Amino acid sequence: MKLKQLEGLLGSLQQFENPKIELEQYPTGPHIASRLLYTAENSFGDVSDKVVADFGCGCGTLGLAAGLLGAEHVIGFDIDAESIEIASSNADELELDMDFIQCDIRNLRLSDRAINTVVMNPPFGTRKKGADMDFLSMALKVASGAVYSLHKTTTRDHIKRTALREYNASSAEVLCELRFDVPQLYKFHKKKEVDVAVDLWRFVPNTNRPKHL
Amino acid sequence: MRLLTHNMLSSNIKGVTNGFPLRIEVEKVIEKEVDFNIDFLRNMFAKIEWKALAEASRTMGYSELPDDAESSMLDSDEFLRKFHHALLELHLEEGALVCPETGRKFPVNKGIPNMLLHEDEV
Repeated sequence: MKLKQLEGLLGSLQQFENPKIELEQYPTGPHIASRLLYTAENSFGDVSDKVVADFGCGCGTLGLAAGLLGAEHVIGFDIDAESIEIASSNADELELDMDFIQCDIRNLRLSDRAINTVVMNPPFGTRKKGADMDFLSMALKVASGAVYSLHKTTTRDHIKRTALREYNASSAEVLCELRFDVPQLYKFHKKKEVDVAVDLWRFVPNTNRPKHL
Repeated sequence: MRLLTHNMLSSNIKGVTNGFPLRIEVEKVIEKEVDFNIDFLRNMFAKIEWKALAEASRTMGYSELPDDAESSMLDSDEFLRKFHHALLELHLEEGALVCPETGRKFPVNKGIPNMLLHEDEV
């Protein structure tokens, strides 16, 4: 599938009707989502025939993009039932099978390394400090192949250091810098639309780490 | 929810040490056909907890999987087709997942398990 075609399909997906600010629900735009998955597949082979998890899947954009690119099994995790309902109807719309689990990522228990690739657009942690790091830490625990994630560019050094030193990533690389359009979703947004600089990261988990860590 | 997902999932209640596998209570199972992908199955075989899969598929009304399996069986097309069906085509649509240690039930509605914990379980 071509990038433009993928972006087009993702652009047709239904997004949050009543976004919840406490969960930092911002839709992952089709531009960013298509590039994230397209790179994961075409530069690294991390999608087709793989088991892919979408952490904090929201309306399912990233997970469904993985499904469109040939992932064999996709699981979306989200704390919010309403989001999962939208994601599930988006999956029906695209005629894709995707499993969903309603849970809090912070206390998820999955068997080690059963998932090849985690893709996520985590809460940036502006409302609830450290939320993005909770997601990253868990993703690096369960993935066997790679973790793709979006984080604010302003946190780049912190992300790199923490991933390598504390979450036992064997590599942490910024693939590109993107603009994340934050439309005026919430009342406290004063400007009509704001661009936030975000990094698209690829982390490789260290799968040789001792069990007790 | 497919049994592949079930095979990865443990009870996440604080203090539980034997949270796997979650017992399945079935109200409704549905089947959805999936393309057969031999390489994927071979790859997953090493990562799957076989006993949990065989048991779960029996609970879901599919009794074709042997109690034990070893990698030499992956040469058999018949075996692979059964493995494929159990792993990817059976969906728990309505029912519950039950923590094997505490008996706590996690409801499954429209195929989606609710693994959210109460405050005193975190």
